[in-house]
Amino acid sequence: MALLEVKDIYKSYGNAQILKGISFTMEKHETKVIIGPSGTGKSTLLRCINQLSPPDKGQVWLNGEEITNPKININKIREKIGFVFQDFNLFSHMTALRNVSIGLEKVKKIEKEEASERAMDELRKVGLEIQANQYPGQLSGGQKQRVGIARALAMDPDIILFDEPTSALDPELIGGVLDVMRSLCGKVAMLVVTHEMGFARNVANEIIFMEGGVIVEKGPPKEMFIHAKMTRTREFLGRIGTLYGEEEKGG
Amino acid sequence: MAVDFFQFFLNSLPDLLNGLGNTLILTFISITAGFFIGLTLALGRVYGNKIIKVFCIGYIEIIRGTPLLVQLFIIYFGLPSVGVVFSPMQAALLGLSINSGAYQAEYLRGSLQSIESGQMIAARSLGMNRRKSIQHIILPQALRISIPAWSNEFIYLLQYSSIAYIITVAELTAEGKFIAAPTFRYLEVFTIIAIIYLVITIISSEIFDRIAKHLSIPGIGAQERARPRLV
Amino acid sequence: MGFAIAIALSMGLIGLVNTLVLTALGILLGTVLGILLAVGRSYGKKPLSLFILIYEKVLRGIPLLVIFFLIYFGLPQIGINLNAITSAILGLGLRSAAYQSQIFRGAINSIPKGQIDAAYSMGMSKLKSVQHIILPQVLRLSIPGWSNEFTILLKDTSIAFTIGVIDLMRQARYIQVREPNLVLVIYLLIAFIYLVFVLSANKGLYYLEKKYQMVGYKTEAHR
Repeated sequence: MALLEVKDIYKSYGNAQILKGISFTMEKHETKVIIGPSGTGKSTLLRCINQLSPPDKGQVWLNGEEITNPKININKIREKIGFVFQDFNLFSHMTALRNVSIGLEKVKKIEKEEASERAMDELRKVGLEIQANQYPGQLSGGQKQRVGIARALAMDPDIILFDEPTSALDPELIGGVLDVMRSLCGKVAMLVVTHEMGFARNVANEIIFMEGGVIVEKGPPKEMFIHAKMTRTREFLGRIGTLYGEEEKGG
Repeated sequence: MAVDFFQFFLNSLPDLLNGLGNTLILTFISITAGFFIGLTLALGRVYGNKIIKVFCIGYIEIIRGTPLLVQLFIIYFGLPSVGVVFSPMQAALLGLSINSGAYQAEYLRGSLQSIESGQMIAARSLGMNRRKSIQHIILPQALRISIPAWSNEFIYLLQYSSIAYIITVAELTAEGKFIAAPTFRYLEVFTIIAIIYLVITIISSEIFDRIAKHLSIPGIGAQERARPRLV
Repeated sequence: MGFAIAIALSMGLIGLVNTLVLTALGILLGTVLGILLAVGRSYGKKPLSLFILIYEKVLRGIPLLVIFFLIYFGLPQIGINLNAITSAILGLGLRSAAYQSQIFRGAINSIPKGQIDAAYSMGMSKLKSVQHIILPQVLRLSIPGWSNEFTILLKDTSIAFTIGVIDLMRQARYIQVREPNLVLVIYLLIAFIYLVFVLSANKGLYYLEKKYQMVGYKTEAHR
């Protein structure tokens, strides 16, 4: 049984049809990266998966349970799906520590003391224990995103969805966040929408290329980057490859 | 019953119109006088020397820190004891103007200060002296930004003019009481009066909005205030 | 003369207390109702939202005095008889709610929508996210506007004397009738008392604003 099964997702906003039949699966601990031109529905897809914007047609299955079924308790399901946002979306009135512990306290109903301890552990893992008592307004973009990742990790999810996690960051801060994400590979399933080709090439189990609301092609990084089957894929990767530069070989 | 009510309404109309007239006089004159007072205070506060600044701040804080009603009473009941007597209408106009002046001073000050300092520097470097810079560069922009605040101020004055009733000015609310008292038809009379105030409020908002749009310069934002007044 | 002052002072106390009572209860009604209206308009369905919009426009478009008259003199005609103080509190509160609703709505709207997404994404229900994420921020963001509203209400209580409430103003009138030559002094004194209230309220609320300001999150300074 696959961890995540996405079957034939359709989604439109107003008159525009954004997603036109998306299907794929993910196993435990896999890392998959979705790439493609902006505006092709990549973010929409992620939001369809955790039901922030339920799809018009199609189903999503998590651990064998159909989560697109309106009858299920979506809040319980969301505890198993972590989400890291492009704009961080940290709670402005809470310290970094509290941002991470609030979910444990109020959703998982864990005791305040224990929740704080666990939150501290997560912050340590992303290298931010010193900033625990600072507020989002005092943190840099990279630090905010790492808190966002810690917040998602704290809930002990089966899979984490990353929606362009580094797109809003200054170039020098991107590295720190990518390092944290790399350290998670193999420990938790990750579905990442990003433009960071180096990351995609080096850690992804599979790369999914989306354009125009459909999956154009998907395959392991070696295949996709070196000899993709579709012309469009080769075009896109070629251009992006030049723009973002090559990462060291042997990743 | 409805006919009887309609008849009653028609009979009251002359008095209501008279009251409405006085209300509008109070509103228009006070907002205008208040503007000149406010502009002077705002300019004094932003560009004046230490003494002028203190005086302006003092005026503004005291007027904004005390109820309008108290101010009217001081003018109408208090001053006669030192030999200065005003008619009810004069007292009301004076009181509302002084009051409005303090509030308009704050709006205008905010507008003046929100014009970025670069504008002043640019004007000065063209050779304009301070007065010219203020007059030709700063003020035109500041005044435009203040239009939404004036829309609010007009509405507040319209409503608070009703307080003049207490010092016996025959404005709309006073007429209402006058008509309603002998017949005890308070509900009907004051509902009509409420509607009149409401209609004028809506119309004036609309007019100010149109003026603002007409005069707007692309790219310069209007000042948004939820309820800036500290009456 | 000394005797007159003694009487004045003791009577003045009642007026003072009533003024404070009017302010406290009026602002309380206004705040509770204001929050409900703001939530109703931000999250409610179309009919509710429209109804609240009309309520706000009407209550903001009529003079406080007219509202007082409608409640105190008008309602008895349809069988509802309220005493002066209750009418005054009701009038002050209902009107204040219309203004406070605007303030709270502004605060609700300035919370980035993404934070609500983040709350949902970690499994919080709508109720929990309102309780832990939205409400705390709304309250903090509303402090400047609310302080404004508080001082406005404080001064508006002076109008209550027209429907017979024995507040500071009415006390002043009693004294004025007894001691005509003290008129100016009396009203200047009253003005001074209000000024002290307003300035201390402003100071206190400003302190509150600074204390609960979210670090790095700019709130509008109203002074």
